[in-house]
Amino acid sequence: MSTTPWQTAEIPGPKRGLPLHRSETLISLLNNSKNPLLIIGHKAAEIDLGNRKLIDYLIDLARGRTITVVATAHTIKELTNRGFQNASSMPLMDIANRLRDTEWRGLDGTGAYDLVLFAGFPYYMAWLVFSGLKHMSSQLKTISLDGQYQPNASWSIQNVSPLELEKFFVNLIEKIGEM
Amino acid sequence: MKTGFGLMKDIKLSVGVISEKTAGRLLGPTPFPSSTDLREWDMKLLERYKPFYMPFCDLCCLCTFGKCDLSDGKRGACGLNMEAQQSRIVLIACCIGAATHTAHGRHLVEDLIEKFGRKSTLDVGGTNVDILAPITQLVTGIKPRHLGDIEEILDYVESEITQLLSSTHTGQEGSNIDFESKVLHAGTMDHVALEIADLAQISTLGFPKSDPEAALVDTGLGVVDSSKPVIMVVGHNVPPAIGIMDYMSEKDLAGQLEVCGLCCTAHDLTRYDPKAKIVGPISWQLRFIRSGIPDVIVVDEQCIRADALEEAKKIKAPVIASSSKNCLGLKNRTKDPTDEIVADLIQGKTPGVLILDPDKVGEVAVRTSLGIAPKRNKFKNLPELNELILEAKRCNKCSECRRSCPNDMLIPEAIDAAAGGDLSLLNDLYDVCVGCGRCEEACPNDLDVHSFIVKAAEQKIKNEIFKIRSGRGAIQDVEIRKVGGPIVLGEIPGVIAHVGCANYPKGGEEVAEMIEEFAKRRYIILTSGCAAMSAGMHKNEDGKTLYESFPGDFDAGCVLNVGSCVANSHIAGAAIKIASIFAKRNLNANYEEIADYILNRVGAVGISWGAMSQKAASIASGFWRLGIPVIVGPHGSKYRRMLLGRKDRDSDWEVYDARTGERDYVGPSPEHLFYAAETKEEAMVMMAKLCMRPNDTTRGRAMKLNHYIDLHKRYYGRMPDDIHLYVRRLSDVPITMKDEIVRILDQKEWKEKNIPDPTILPRMIRKKEK
Repeated sequence: MSTTPWQTAEIPGPKRGLPLHRSETLISLLNNSKNPLLIIGHKAAEIDLGNRKLIDYLIDLARGRTITVVATAHTIKELTNRGFQNASSMPLMDIANRLRDTEWRGLDGTGAYDLVLFAGFPYYMAWLVFSGLKHMSSQLKTISLDGQYQPNASWSIQNVSPLELEKFFVNLIEKIGEM
Repeated sequence: MKTGFGLMKDIKLSVGVISEKTAGRLLGPTPFPSSTDLREWDMKLLERYKPFYMPFCDLCCLCTFGKCDLSDGKRGACGLNMEAQQSRIVLIACCIGAATHTAHGRHLVEDLIEKFGRKSTLDVGGTNVDILAPITQLVTGIKPRHLGDIEEILDYVESEITQLLSSTHTGQEGSNIDFESKVLHAGTMDHVALEIADLAQISTLGFPKSDPEAALVDTGLGVVDSSKPVIMVVGHNVPPAIGIMDYMSEKDLAGQLEVCGLCCTAHDLTRYDPKAKIVGPISWQLRFIRSGIPDVIVVDEQCIRADALEEAKKIKAPVIASSSKNCLGLKNRTKDPTDEIVADLIQGKTPGVLILDPDKVGEVAVRTSLGIAPKRNKFKNLPELNELILEAKRCNKCSECRRSCPNDMLIPEAIDAAAGGDLSLLNDLYDVCVGCGRCEEACPNDLDVHSFIVKAAEQKIKNEIFKIRSGRGAIQDVEIRKVGGPIVLGEIPGVIAHVGCANYPKGGEEVAEMIEEFAKRRYIILTSGCAAMSAGMHKNEDGKTLYESFPGDFDAGCVLNVGSCVANSHIAGAAIKIASIFAKRNLNANYEEIADYILNRVGAVGISWGAMSQKAASIASGFWRLGIPVIVGPHGSKYRRMLLGRKDRDSDWEVYDARTGERDYVGPSPEHLFYAAETKEEAMVMMAKLCMRPNDTTRGRAMKLNHYIDLHKRYYGRMPDDIHLYVRRLSDVPITMKDEIVRILDQKEWKEKNIPDPTILPRMIRKKEK
């Protein structure tokens, strides 16, 4: 496990996010959040974690904690095909642009999000979106769940192997199930 | 002097010149605009399409006050904040791009004036093209007629770029929005420079002149006959390559050598002589050099690998540098006797030479290739299979190669398989690899990873034999007359331009897939630069490429390659000519009105799926200012600033009805001005959406909605959630989807809306608002 940026040369500067070692920390962050959001990118349906895909664990997470879900690119089709209907669809650039707006009241108009989880994105693209939010929306807390350390996120799972990432999610879903 | 029709400047110097060259029409309000003359227009765009910044770094390190930490809203020692710093960097990038095209244009024009004289007539399409230089005429008010007229325009562009670049100095511009306005001005200057450069070379070098049936030429790594001496040209400035063709012709050597190229020099060389061959886009330099096929490598300017000389040494091929912008540390031999230069290169006394005379480059390259080819015997820098497998066993699985790969390719797994004798995974990587070679730089064991990939794909490479239509140049005025109405009324669903570099997320085939889909839907598809090459490197079930399958006219369902980077000007020019020819709007120095027309009426979208360079940034910014949205691939997010609309803010989408002065909501059309898509599927849906314009007729809007909804359903598996924003009247609804859409409209409490004569310029209102 490492907290150097996954892609070489993606060095951000002095303000770097905290490593997210344990699924319990994520649960704690979710517990303290009033209005969390989960944003799922297209790679979530491509990444194998054991005999499941990353997207399957993300669906379990969303169901377990009733988190609002936004699917970017064409990912909404993957969610629908897996029987998960309760998601919105929006391009990554659009949802990031909304999130930097402190006056935006969220997808349902009820209030701003305070914690945003990202998973399933090309590393460099998420790197930039995290940077945009770090600088332009500093009140917002962000988390990367891709298993490739994102220094611009507020918290990020470190650089881990697929097996370690699978363990993280298995543990996370188990813990959520016990609550 | 302020008059009823505009602001006039430098009367003594300019009026005489303009009156001679403005085609007898009224001069608009902004001849030779400075960076602030179009600022109001820029602000209107930037108010709707606000910048969203994604900094590459928390710091600014441009002066010795710094480094300054700009995170958490902090300002640097100079007082600049992060937003301004990011827009400043975007401006610097666009100035680099615009300066590069302008310097190229200057270089070309000087060469061509020396050869053909200042009085040489400009002609890009004979009687089919009266508006020779729509961008130049729009911006400056001048209609250039002779080669010599161009110099004055270049003087202006160079002056403006200097002004723009100066504003990025520490202690100058402090507002991000004003930096953004200057970015748009840099784009405009870039477009003028592009147009000037292509105008000059088309007029003098015998390139196709607005020819829809320009020659089909060979492209692909497999098309080069390696049994002959091979000269490889790479870059953007074609005169040295033409020097090669001319010398071969003069000495009756045609057929005895192969001349092939990469990047835009290759495009322009095939425009000059269709017997030349296009190897591929910019990113194929490493793989082609290492193949050992080229016997002599001639580099000119732009997009050339900085290590071309080092790579050439490894295959014992001499390099001829031919541009003052890219001397590669080589000795200037321009004035030396040709015999001596050729002998030195053949005998290997020097790895390369700098020759700043295109004709001399031609002679030296041809004679050297003939002399050195038997000695080199196609010496290559690729491992044999057994060597590859042995080398792969040295991999220590550190993953540094993958972590340095722009596309996060699974290189360690592929090398592991290769160590066991299975090259299939390496072979698969070839299709996605952008050819940057960073994997090799990162490897602590000095494995030649890129060479492994190329070697594993050797058979596939031999089968890379395709056809591309040579760059046709400008769009004919008669073509504009034919399709201008259907485009403005929305009955041709859109004009889509695939432009730019080859930094693709999943290989170039995605470009061809996108083009084929939209050509079949009868959009007008234009291509240019490296994207045009990628478009040709895909065959359908009948074994035909896109250029063999679709006509090359500017018409519905056609695919036309305009040419090299500088030919991008014809894409912007076509949009401008629609306003001028079809709508009869005054073209001369009338930027705002024409851009307003394009923004509201011309359903055009640019897509640069592999955008990489600063030049791509400046080209894009020229399109933004004209009101033409640009989509980039995921790597394009690294331009670190998007221009995004907010469809949830109704007031952003109000325009004036020019007939009444009333303000009308027209929906988010087009929704964004600069936007990075995550996937090909997302880009395709967005392309269809961004072609909608407020002026669409109900029939046109129904057709555009039909494509948008159809693609959305295919890739997203559901109806779009914003249909109600684009339906103005029930007659906008595609008839086959009526029940489904009307149900949605009812749920959204949709109300019928006015379809205005749209403008965002108050001065275009014919009846003033009370």
